[in-house]
Amino acid sequence: MTFIRDTWIIFARAMGLSLRQPLWVLIGLLQPILYLTLFGPLLQTVAATSGFQGDAWQVFVPGLLVQLGIFGGLFVGFGIIAEWRSGVIERQLVSPASRAAIIAGRTLRDVVVIVVQASVLVGAAYFMGLRVPVGALLIGLVLVALLGAAFSFISNAIGIATKSEDALAPMVNTLALPILLLSGILLPMTLAPAWLQVLSNFNPFKHIVEALRAVFRGDFGDPIVGIGLVLAVVLVVLGAWMGSRVLAAQTK
Amino acid sequence: MRLQSHPFEPIRCVPGGFFVVPHNDNEAQVTAPPIIEARGLKRNFKARGAKGKTIEAVRGIDLSVREGEIVGFLGPNGAGKTTTLKMLCTLLTPTDGSATVVGADLRRDPVEVRRRIGYVSQAGSTSPEAKVGEEIVSHARLYGIDKKVAIERGKELLTALDLADIWDRTCGSLSGGQRRRLDIVMGLIHRPRLVFLDEPSTGLDPQSRANLWNHIRKLRDELGTTVFLTTHYMDEADSLSDRILIIDHGVIVAEGTPAELKKRVSGDTITLTLRTEADAAGSSAIAARLPGADAPVAEANVVRFHVPDGATALPVLLGDLTKAGIDAIGVDVNRPTLDDVFLTLTGRSLRD
Repeated sequence: MTFIRDTWIIFARAMGLSLRQPLWVLIGLLQPILYLTLFGPLLQTVAATSGFQGDAWQVFVPGLLVQLGIFGGLFVGFGIIAEWRSGVIERQLVSPASRAAIIAGRTLRDVVVIVVQASVLVGAAYFMGLRVPVGALLIGLVLVALLGAAFSFISNAIGIATKSEDALAPMVNTLALPILLLSGILLPMTLAPAWLQVLSNFNPFKHIVEALRAVFRGDFGDPIVGIGLVLAVVLVVLGAWMGSRVLAAQTK
Repeated sequence: MRLQSHPFEPIRCVPGGFFVVPHNDNEAQVTAPPIIEARGLKRNFKARGAKGKTIEAVRGIDLSVREGEIVGFLGPNGAGKTTTLKMLCTLLTPTDGSATVVGADLRRDPVEVRRRIGYVSQAGSTSPEAKVGEEIVSHARLYGIDKKVAIERGKELLTALDLADIWDRTCGSLSGGQRRRLDIVMGLIHRPRLVFLDEPSTGLDPQSRANLWNHIRKLRDELGTTVFLTTHYMDEADSLSDRILIIDHGVIVAEGTPAELKKRVSGDTITLTLRTEADAAGSSAIAARLPGADAPVAEANVVRFHVPDGATALPVLLGDLTKAGIDAIGVDVNRPTLDDVFLTLTGRSLRD
């Protein structure tokens, strides 16, 4: 399968380059820890008084994981713009490599980085008092990986389509802010007025966060779990479709 | 000039010596199909902003390149050079027309075209943070070349382009000229029989340019690689190309060897300086009789006229003047530049 072989080659190159930048790897690892230590304690009190079910860590960590998946993926487009400028993308396009692999290999690298960050986050949370079944952690990591893949695809696609940081930055922000505010990641949507709750129901990420929270409570049978996972898979398929289309359009 | 006996036999490298090219087969050279054959290539772009308006970047190009040639594609910025090049490299789909590139059909089998060509973009090919060796190996693997062979070939090519010892350096630490030569190494790693160079010397200092030109010539002379390059520098086209295609407004307006183009379009200018106006009038009459000469223009004691080839006309002219007892005190032959050619063809200068 040339797609799998080419994806691996592109991935290996991208991964090597990421590891070449130890500072960025470190900053990437630090971010989730900062969230836990600087924002976690704040939530301890909120969780006790608000509409969240379960203990503070069971509520907070799923939110952080989903956020990591979304934001970890959304900003990778800046990297691909730089690669376009240095001619690397065109060089790979003129090779017989599978078109989809050129973007999928980079997304795979992003997913690996995000999953490592998520593991660090979960490990640190365990030290602070998170207690959840191992199965829940695994589902959590799978969800983060799926979200990371979806958003990496989307961000890379926008990056390649616009080829401009000035265009990508506002697009990413416009996408990220409503997703974050309407997802109940930071505060439970039950606190919101009715119209805001209705609006948030259209945000797939709200359901994905709720699915992960259910899993963290040990509620594996809750129907929201299935819905959340299916939504995440659909997003990946959508992102992959977008990514391959944009890449194919480069030689149209 | 050489051609492989089998159309797709790769060029072999042997350790120690440099490159060994499969033995020549002169008969094949005569009958071999062109390595690039394009008919009616067209490319339109949708204009941004203006509704439904299309820009015809390339308006029907026929071209044919023989194996082993260095062909220069010369034209001003925006003439359609890069668009044509990108179509031939499968980076842009033609709006219309057809082409065969190294035996593969451009429209039906772009992947096969990609396997058989090398392309060196003016944008570069490597990330500044990446190490030279890693970029080369990674690129080679996309062509199905295994790592060991890639390292071997990569080092060999680097040495050939005077870049030995940069294997472990980061691409960003190289000079402009080195980086451009590295781009060429990347484009040659799968040993294509045809390589496209897009504006190879743009942005290089004069020394690096001259050095790069030598390497491009070596490519053809030692590896037998056919080179198709675009340029908007007439000196580059002039000194590198066996044959030049001049493109303007999306169509090819002239084609030939640099010498042919210059001869055909303007000829050489001969300027004679004489002692007296009477001598000038006399020599005008003599000059007009030279084969192919245009009407001489005499101003005071200076006579100026054009002949197709100044080098062969001059001895005849001087002989005739001596026979007529006229003593020339100065003579000047000016060869036309490609810029003169372009000016005569399009009414505009390449520099505009």
